[in-house]
Amino acid sequence: MIDFDGDWAVCFKVETHNHPSAIEPYGGAATGVGGVVRDVMGTGLGAKPIANTDVFCFGPPDFDFNRLPPGVLHPRRVFKGVRAGVADYGNRLGIPTLNGAVCFDERYTANPLVFCGTVGLMPRDMSQQGRQKPGDRVVLVGGRTGRDGIHGVTFASEQLTRDSTELSFTSVQIGNAIVEKKVLDGLLKARDKKLFSRITDCGGGGLSSAVGEMAEETGVKVYLDKVPLKYAGLSYSEIWISESQERMLLAVPQVNVEELLQTFAEEGAEATVIGEFTDDKKLTLYYKDHSVCDLEMGFLHGGRPQMSLTASWQKPLHPEPQIAPAGDYNDTLLKILGSWNVCSKEWVIRQYDHEVQGASVLKPLVGQAEDGPGDAAIIKPVPTSRCGLVISNGINTRYGDIDPYWMAASAIDEALRQVIAAGGSLDKAALLDNFCWGSVKNEQSLGALVRASQACHDMSLAYGAPFISGKDSLNNEFEHEGQRISIPHTLLISAMAVMPDAAKAVSMDFKQAGNLIYVLGATFDELGGSEYYSHLGYIGSNPPQVRPEAARKLMNSISLATSHGLVRACHDLSEGGLGVALAEMAFAGGLGAEVSLDRMPTGEDINRDDVLLFSESNSRFLAEVEPGNQEEFENTLRGNAFAVIGKVTGSDTLKIKGLKGKLVISLPVKTLKEAWQKPLRW
Amino acid sequence: MSTVKTLILRAPGINRDEETALAFQQAGAETQLATINQVARAAFRFADYQVIVFPGGFAYGDDLGAGRVLASELNLKLRAEIEPFIAGGGLVLGVCNGFQTLVKAGTLPGPVSRGQTVTLTNNDSGRFECRWVYLTANPNSRCVFTRGIERIYVPVAHGEGKLVAPPEVIESLDVALYYTNAKGRKHAGYPHNPNGSLKDIAGITDSTGRIFGMMPHPEDHIRATHHPRWTRGEATAASLGLAIYKNAVEWVKSL
Repeated sequence: MIDFDGDWAVCFKVETHNHPSAIEPYGGAATGVGGVVRDVMGTGLGAKPIANTDVFCFGPPDFDFNRLPPGVLHPRRVFKGVRAGVADYGNRLGIPTLNGAVCFDERYTANPLVFCGTVGLMPRDMSQQGRQKPGDRVVLVGGRTGRDGIHGVTFASEQLTRDSTELSFTSVQIGNAIVEKKVLDGLLKARDKKLFSRITDCGGGGLSSAVGEMAEETGVKVYLDKVPLKYAGLSYSEIWISESQERMLLAVPQVNVEELLQTFAEEGAEATVIGEFTDDKKLTLYYKDHSVCDLEMGFLHGGRPQMSLTASWQKPLHPEPQIAPAGDYNDTLLKILGSWNVCSKEWVIRQYDHEVQGASVLKPLVGQAEDGPGDAAIIKPVPTSRCGLVISNGINTRYGDIDPYWMAASAIDEALRQVIAAGGSLDKAALLDNFCWGSVKNEQSLGALVRASQACHDMSLAYGAPFISGKDSLNNEFEHEGQRISIPHTLLISAMAVMPDAAKAVSMDFKQAGNLIYVLGATFDELGGSEYYSHLGYIGSNPPQVRPEAARKLMNSISLATSHGLVRACHDLSEGGLGVALAEMAFAGGLGAEVSLDRMPTGEDINRDDVLLFSESNSRFLAEVEPGNQEEFENTLRGNAFAVIGKVTGSDTLKIKGLKGKLVISLPVKTLKEAWQKPLRW
Repeated sequence: MSTVKTLILRAPGINRDEETALAFQQAGAETQLATINQVARAAFRFADYQVIVFPGGFAYGDDLGAGRVLASELNLKLRAEIEPFIAGGGLVLGVCNGFQTLVKAGTLPGPVSRGQTVTLTNNDSGRFECRWVYLTANPNSRCVFTRGIERIYVPVAHGEGKLVAPPEVIESLDVALYYTNAKGRKHAGYPHNPNGSLKDIAGITDSTGRIFGMMPHPEDHIRATHHPRWTRGEATAASLGLAIYKNAVEWVKSL
């Protein structure tokens, strides 16, 4: 959680719901949203969810059916189910879905990843976790308890096999968004009336985890037969560990119990007293007057032996390919724009409500036809405050195939440069890390995790951006005929940043013919793990590195320029490099452009057009500046690597001249857009 | 009348209630949120207000069809409140889920005694869609809420917004808002008409012009930075959805 404007605080949490989504995409993804929203509702003394984010990793939608391992759903079906689950749940909760990504790789086919994030807003004086007193009542609010989701967390940590669908189906929880909405509405009222002293969500482990955590310092008595059930017949242990959805746990001083129950009843939400906090530092459970559990809190929280694992890491060998220079790169650019990872995700985005709560400033789709790929989303969540909140994410698993350190550093740089491109700054930026990994009993795999973590440590300090939350999901593997298919090392970095004036937001679409186009930041020969190499069937050995000192300086200069209103459009360079970024700015703005590669600032000698066009070097931006602001803009940027490379034109064509002065790209903007929109126009 | 009091009704699954309150406040009204349950037990009385609003969302999850359950509640639990309110000259606004509710309760196009004559059903695209649309007001409509409006730009966010009715009913509707293109031309096709609504109908009013329902969300465009192309300098005051709320407030004040 970070301060928003002095009166309000914002929190951000991202969760994964991978294995449930693998076997039951709709339900798994829906409850993934429900779960992370409850995390936010249970933060401090309860936050109001104000934005959702979604990042998915799937197998390619055109994956050959005949190659599908038994028991595995086709990526297309998983994609559609997950999308529907996230949309149905998020839309019904009245939370805008503002930011996300969809990544594709064959290794996700049997083990898709579903990241669900929620941003919450609360009064600053309610941002600290409460503390209950002995005698406070334990109140369970929301959904009834059933047999769904038993051993959900255990299942989530196991390896998947062909039998998972049949054996673990009951481990997937069953969601009901409206129940959660009722709980949320009642909860915010109860919070504002100060009726409860502490709150937490019932997530993995159900009551066992929520009650056990909350009562660590006091002790607690719970009467399990008082827990409202969906149907009769549950044993007390099933009640205790069920992960049925939409439940929150409150500590309520006895004098407030009646008013609290009434407050929830008004919203149609069920609330039940199921026990009380004690001062004996014990966990005592009863079922129909029988004592069924009597454990010391000390044992419960500190009694578990620590696991010891070994890690090592060796850089994998992927040779740097020798590629003959081509006459032009028109076809290459069109293919990269149409690749699964780069292409338009409008099909997904449109089906999420991104307007609800009326706070949007920069939407996920921007530009002249409102269908261009915005860098970060911005909302203005407090109507009386000028402050905006920027939300973005960074993820690129291909670099991890070469070096997880640079993958993690690149993801952090990507998330932050999107914040900067949208008009935000590093001043009040915060990060989240979500690791999804294969088995960490594998030394190499654990070594890769260590390297990625080291990068998070280093970059967080270098950029001055704290990690405020994170989560890991390990054992993302599928066993098939004795072979283990591990997902690629995956790190999602989510970022949020407070900007003092939301009206300084910058969108990425070209605005006006005649304006200057700048490249900001130096380009290096860093094609390892790039879309360009991937399209040619290579991985390469030189992933983009991050040079945080130069990057931070550049980002601060850009923030200054955007805060002075000197930048008409700004877009970060990521997958597909300069070529893709230019094309996106052109078709989002419905304008052409003419640029020359020979003016690009480079960090080393580069004599190839394809490197300049498609290198994915970090910390680079394209900016559109009005000629009248040229001098002031350049003064603001002084001391950084930058150059004018051309201008926006009123023609309908994107023209890029190579180092020898010959056109290496010359394509109608319409053609570029069509290539980008076609693949996911479902 | 000096103060205009607006009651915004909530039911489980309703959202955009707070934005609606903000829009009315910005237009100069006082607002109060109340749940259906509170009204049913008379903690709030319609008679104390001049405007009643059914906001958007997914009342009861829309599990039996959008607005269906809330419509039944309106007719069964709140009949004694809403009938005298309407007869007494009050204003009723239903947006999105609220429009679906009013249509399914028969309140729109009315009179309620005729029961439901119009429905809002699945979009032609077969999916929920969130996108911005141009709405052009019908200058001949009796609608109080759309007076003086030429064209506004607001988002839709719904899966069941296609207005359907038998031809004779369609012909008899008082259409207040049409889906058009940016220049105000009807028959502009998808996505200008985002759901396939017959005759491009986006909003209708009853025979008094005081009960009004529309699918798009004017409460989501009450400041310039809501406009999806404000960074391109394309936001205009005339395109704000706020006009709907201002009209309601001014009409009540003029009484």
